[in-house]
Amino acid sequence: MVRMILFNLIQVAVVMFLSPLAVGILNRFKERVAGKKGPSIFQTYRDIWKLFHKDQILSSESTWIFRATPYVCFAAPILVTMLIPVLTSYPLFFAFMGDMIGGGFVLALGGFFATIAAVDSANPYGAMGASRTRMVGFLAEPVFMVVFFTVCFVANSTIPYIVQQKWVHPESNFFNPAHILVAVAFFMLILAETGKIPVDNPSGHFELAMIDESKSLEYSGSGAALMKWAGSMKFFVLLCIFLNVLIAPWGLASGTALGDVLLAIPLIFIKVLGAVILIVMVESSLAKLRLFRITAFLGLAFVVAVAAVLTRMMTT
Amino acid sequence: MTPDKVAWIHELILLVAGFFLLCSFGLIAASQVMGCLRVYVIQSLLLAASAVLLGIDYHSADLWIVAAIAIVAKAVLIPFLLRRTARHDMIARRELQQAISVPMSLLIALALTVLAYYIVDPMMDHTSRSVHANLPIGFAAVLIAIYTITVRREALPQMLSLLAIENGAFFAGIAIAPNFPLIGELAAAFDVLMVVLTLGVLSTQIHRLSGSTEVGTLSELMED
Repeated sequence: MVRMILFNLIQVAVVMFLSPLAVGILNRFKERVAGKKGPSIFQTYRDIWKLFHKDQILSSESTWIFRATPYVCFAAPILVTMLIPVLTSYPLFFAFMGDMIGGGFVLALGGFFATIAAVDSANPYGAMGASRTRMVGFLAEPVFMVVFFTVCFVANSTIPYIVQQKWVHPESNFFNPAHILVAVAFFMLILAETGKIPVDNPSGHFELAMIDESKSLEYSGSGAALMKWAGSMKFFVLLCIFLNVLIAPWGLASGTALGDVLLAIPLIFIKVLGAVILIVMVESSLAKLRLFRITAFLGLAFVVAVAAVLTRMMTT
Repeated sequence: MTPDKVAWIHELILLVAGFFLLCSFGLIAASQVMGCLRVYVIQSLLLAASAVLLGIDYHSADLWIVAAIAIVAKAVLIPFLLRRTARHDMIARRELQQAISVPMSLLIALALTVLAYYIVDPMMDHTSRSVHANLPIGFAAVLIAIYTITVRREALPQMLSLLAIENGAFFAGIAIAPNFPLIGELAAAFDVLMVVLTLGVLSTQIHRLSGSTEVGTLSELMED
């Protein structure tokens, strides 16, 4: 019991302290592919460290929502981390606290607070970005629902630890079209939800074109640091769900010894690195879509997800 | 074959069928002529892959020849002929016109897929698992391609959708009639090439006479 709680805490620590590195590597790779030198892979840590040592400035017009949002956004991915398999293939202490849908709600709560805080800041760009994020979010929602529905349909469960075993027992299940298509749809969702290139340009500095970034423009000091850190953790958590629950449940610790769990840390990092390279390939080879073409992108994701359900239904 | 290997083959047949369906959707969503052609070539290659896998499943060497014909005729010769005959339109980088917007079209295509499953369902009781994969999806591909022809407002994407109808029919056909006489397949393949050549030359003529092949704008007869 104590050991399970310890493993759960190790899992949270891994997500907290490795996620800025994953984002740093992503940025570095992207610049290298573009032929530039790029920032150091530890730049995200330096940014967060620097921001924590700066003063926070709050608008006198803003309410408690603006002040509370960084903490809510920071807590949401940590809570989700306790529910999903990051290091082990067996359920940990908090795993039955909530299922995948519960995790989705917790992440959505963070997004909701970020949105109303952006409106609360009274910065016109904040409200614009917030409404655009909601547009992307509301188009992504049906895709999320169909993906979860397919996963439940295949595995008869929404607990991620049970789902991940279904894809590889027997091994030919890995090539089931429902599996591959759900993974493709979820990958498109990750691109949309974390503001990657076909939907949003994360490295743009032009407020009028921003979708995701403009919500945190008004934050400074520790608030900005928490928002930045929360963003990288959300990215890491979504990648963990994608890799460990939907794609490849390999490389997770199956023993209960401390050594097994520690060995799983470099393995998960290698898997995340693979996903980061995939994202860099997508981001470097595509152009940002016009705002009103995003519906076509997410519509395609929806169609892929529904095709997954359909191909599953006819074969059972 | 061992039962384990049979299970693998069946999963792969299903996977190819899933991607084949996605290519039908891709033909609606592609925004440039080159994109349409690429999707069509991928769909033809998936047709060939499905034929190879079904050949293993049914122990039928005929299907491997079908796969070879599909690769040679559809993935090599048709793109080559189109580039030769309709060069202007192939390399045009303009965005294609559609009567109904892409997201709406995708939803309609989804409804057509469900319809295809609904129609095929009563026939599925006594058939093998491979037919379960190929028949409804081939049927859905035919319906979606017909829909694409009606909404596209340009000659070349319409033509590629016409070819996609043929792809869908073949996809369903190879599963339900694996020992179909080879001469039929050969005739179909040459027919398709003739169609491509004729339509390509025709669309070039139209392009020379009226300056575009956007069917949406060709609504009046010319007066000499």
